[in-house]
Amino acid sequence: MSRARADEEEYWHSSKFRAFTFDDEDDELSQVGAQPPTRLTPPRTVLCVQTVSLPQLKESKRAVNSLRDIVDDDDDDLEKVSWSGEPVGSISWSIKETASSSSSSSLEGRDTSLQKGSSSYAALPKQVSSYSLSSLFKAFSDTGVKNYAPELRRPKAEYKDYSNDWSPRDTVRRMQRGKVCSLERFRSLQDKLVLLDEAVARHDGNVITAVLIFLKRTLRREVLFRELEVRQVALCHLIHFLKETGEQKLLLDLLRFLDRTEEVALSQYREHLNIQDVEKKREFLKGCIGLPFSAEDISHIQDHYTLLERQIIIETNDRHLEMAGQSEIFRKYPRKASILNMPLVTTLFYSCFYHYTEAEGTFSSPSNLKKTFKIPDKQYVLTALAARAKLRAWEDVDALLTTKNWLGYTKKKAPIGFHRVVEILQRNNAPVQVLQEYVRLVEDVETRLNLATKYKCHDVVIDTYRDLKDRIQLMAYKCKVERGSAEEEKINSLLNNMQIRWKN
Amino acid sequence: MAAHLSSGRVNLTALREAGRRELREFLDKCAGSKAIVWDEYLTGPFGLIAQYSLLKEHEVEKMFTLKPGRLPQADVRNIIFFVRPRLELMDIITDNVRREDRGRSPQRDFHILFVPRRSLLCEQWLKEQGVLGSFIHREQYSLDLIPFDGDLLSMESESAFKECYLESDQTSLYHAAKGLMTLQALYGTIPQIFGKGECARHVANMMIRMKREFPGSQNSIFPVFDTLLLLDRNVDLLTPLATQLTYEGLIDEIYGIQNTYVKLPPEKFAPKKQGEGGKDLPTEPKKLQLNSAEELYAEIRDKNFNAVGSVLSKKAKIISAAFEERHHAKTVGEIKQFVSQLPHMQAARSSLANHTSIAELIKDITTSEDFFDNLTVEQEFMSGIDTDKVNNYIEDCIAQKHSLIKILRLVCLQSVCNNGLKQKVLDHYKREILQTYGYEHILTLNNLEKAGLLKLQTGGRNNYPTIRKTLRLWMDDVNEQNPNDISYVYSGYAPLSVRLAQLLARPGWRSIEEVLKMLPGPHFEERQQLPTGLQKKRQHGENRVTLVFFLGGVTYAEIAALRFLSQMEDGGTEYVIATTKLINGTTWIKSLMEKLEPAPF
Repeated sequence: MSRARADEEEYWHSSKFRAFTFDDEDDELSQVGAQPPTRLTPPRTVLCVQTVSLPQLKESKRAVNSLRDIVDDDDDDLEKVSWSGEPVGSISWSIKETASSSSSSSLEGRDTSLQKGSSSYAALPKQVSSYSLSSLFKAFSDTGVKNYAPELRRPKAEYKDYSNDWSPRDTVRRMQRGKVCSLERFRSLQDKLVLLDEAVARHDGNVITAVLIFLKRTLRREVLFRELEVRQVALCHLIHFLKETGEQKLLLDLLRFLDRTEEVALSQYREHLNIQDVEKKREFLKGCIGLPFSAEDISHIQDHYTLLERQIIIETNDRHLEMAGQSEIFRKYPRKASILNMPLVTTLFYSCFYHYTEAEGTFSSPSNLKKTFKIPDKQYVLTALAARAKLRAWEDVDALLTTKNWLGYTKKKAPIGFHRVVEILQRNNAPVQVLQEYVRLVEDVETRLNLATKYKCHDVVIDTYRDLKDRIQLMAYKCKVERGSAEEEKINSLLNNMQIRWKN
Repeated sequence: MAAHLSSGRVNLTALREAGRRELREFLDKCAGSKAIVWDEYLTGPFGLIAQYSLLKEHEVEKMFTLKPGRLPQADVRNIIFFVRPRLELMDIITDNVRREDRGRSPQRDFHILFVPRRSLLCEQWLKEQGVLGSFIHREQYSLDLIPFDGDLLSMESESAFKECYLESDQTSLYHAAKGLMTLQALYGTIPQIFGKGECARHVANMMIRMKREFPGSQNSIFPVFDTLLLLDRNVDLLTPLATQLTYEGLIDEIYGIQNTYVKLPPEKFAPKKQGEGGKDLPTEPKKLQLNSAEELYAEIRDKNFNAVGSVLSKKAKIISAAFEERHHAKTVGEIKQFVSQLPHMQAARSSLANHTSIAELIKDITTSEDFFDNLTVEQEFMSGIDTDKVNNYIEDCIAQKHSLIKILRLVCLQSVCNNGLKQKVLDHYKREILQTYGYEHILTLNNLEKAGLLKLQTGGRNNYPTIRKTLRLWMDDVNEQNPNDISYVYSGYAPLSVRLAQLLARPGWRSIEEVLKMLPGPHFEERQQLPTGLQKKRQHGENRVTLVFFLGGVTYAEIAALRFLSQMEDGGTEYVIATTKLINGTTWIKSLMEKLEPAPF
């Protein structure tokens, strides 16, 4: 019996089956529970999310792993899927399969054809999947073709269906079924409007648009606008259609006729996205300032213009500076991209990085940007801090956070909170001496302790425990500092200090 | 291949079959060997209807992706383009056709199959390019509602919400109504229609009209559905903005599920072989299909993520025990029996391995500090805390330049939970966003305002607390492991849309008239007359079947909540879900953003 058993084991172990294992088998999961996040009042229910059943996950992972040597993943006939998961025989799999003309049946061959296939998809725009109107017109914008009335001549195939006296209702119904219909015979305004109303009643954008194109071609503009004003659905379709086909002029005329001034403004402003040349774009934005935007929007449009104007000046200057190779900062940190068309905050960062010391009078100085765009203190400090820390200019950081009161006393102040200062500095690998100074200034004791411990600012930890008169914690901390170091000495001397009234 | 479609209360295989039949009929119109040129977007949805084998049976020998240039060599009689009716695709087709070698013999015939329908404009466009005459068959294939699972149908129309609510283009509603007519042709007339919202009203009107105009559509099929509930997405703008916390919802939030497939980072799925550690790590993402055909997935997909771990570990024990059985198999018969079960066990094991890996990937995210902070803010907003002032966390995220979509999701959530923001708060967020991400985003902000996701509080009254309390949208004591209420899908927040469905079934909407009036759009009820003899006599204890149609998109968490209601012992109603598109907050907001890059053409 035991012999048989051994054979069986032998079979399982010696077989070519190999098991699935997980990449990381270490215990990283267990530490998650041990890091209590420092925040104020998380709702109870959120806590539940935090306590995802880690032990159980581990358990199932272990079980899966323990099944190694029993079964095999490779020659598994059960799930016929290629590595990319496409079931063998599915359509997208087969496209790749049948498209690769070389009849290589090996897996390697298939894989390379897969990659080739996927890179060639780049030619296809795939972001929008709309079936309806909005998507129909993408291609028009550049071509400028304006006249695409529905097919009027009858293709041969439609002959037998053709009749001259379809009612508006029948016409619409036929168009809905994809049949070709002549609209030319609807001559009177009355007929045309009945046709339109019939199309609208069916909510089929394809047909509504076809009828609208017909009306647009055969009606005078004023008449068309007037009739559409009382036909909101059709009106929306025409606006959408004009937007997509880029018939900007007619669109603006229509919106003006309807007195939809804000839309006129936005719609015109949108145009700037299509302008590549920055000078032209600047001119265009300048023209936008006078448009009837809403009160809230107008200041943003103004700012957009001012910003681009400013960026053009800075860019010209800096490109010159960089090419000349005279300026140390540009030599040391060559620019990765042009500043043109970047957001305001990015521009401010750039300016704090390359032009920090310039006087307020120059266009590229941070203080000038701050003033021009009324950048709030918080935003300014945050950005300047990040830029100077990246350059490891710690004196600048110090100066940025120092304020003088009227008596001439200096004081450290951070509108963003010192914990954020520490975070930013730490991200830029500030030395402990620098970091320590700001950790010390974190107001909330618990946060301060956390940060100090995390970044090994021993002095701050020790001082904080001393101020808290927490002897036990201080003793506990002793084992975290190096044996024989100045910190250890400091702890010892504190613990021996009879003057302190410990709370425990 | 499609067994999972028949697992539910309504056998959706019939719908799939109808789709396959239509496809075969078209293919047979083009006699002889053929090659299909695919609009790549369509391969996903088509994959849910047919496999390559079906096409092959009808002499499809080659398949290519649509791209500009010369068509690949292929010795076939017919070239068929499967495309959406979009003009930029017509340009590619034109290019293909123009470059076709006229001298070749035998000549190849061209055909176009428009999905989901022919477009007058596209044909006109082809005509102007002078190639329309090259096509022998120009047909449409109305792929309106695609069966995704035993209880789930989607039109996969990404821009439906944008078109309906921003551009007032109701074409997708027309398709929805057509899809519903097809469903009724297959599953019988639905006697009761309820709805809430403008779009719902439109769809109901269209259905009634279509029925009246095609009297032939009066069929003699015994109705499978008792009720249709049409819901506008803009009745509940809140739910998609919140982070979904079910297993499937989180997979979608983090990796994005498309046409039931998900692509995952390959590292966790690398088959590790002894002695080969480390090398040959696959670099291509691992692609997995997710549907109820997989037993384990069907069990855990709708659970709160916190309850997934325990199921996985239980499964692990069962499978381990099953494999242990081999030690007890003594006789040849026993061994034989064990071996016969092996394939099933192997499948179960690999399924377990996959989902353990996915759960680990997700856990890495959900235990991160940022996920936690984000969720905390979301939950504060949804429970009505501090919704009327500038939120620190949002400010911090802007300062750290987190993704714009994340910021927009949070700001919109705050706006919706406060029935609009105060002028000062709104202005502050707007300025910060424009200064940090670029002024051109003013266009996107404008779109969000038009869609009602972001707005100014008018009249100074916030009615969200009333809605929240009446509909019990926030539940303090939520049980994630053994839920007793739908609020488990968001760990506290009960999706408004699903609450409406739940209350409709019991005790009826009359009890919440006041709140319904606060939500946008009309609510209504229609009845469709059934011929005598088809009227249902309900067996005692038999559940009603309700089709819930989300116009403008539905999230996986909402689907999970409806499935939870279906499974409730005393629920009395089973749900089938249909939608214009499966969405999450990110894909939804993205669809509303102004496309800032110039078109590729």
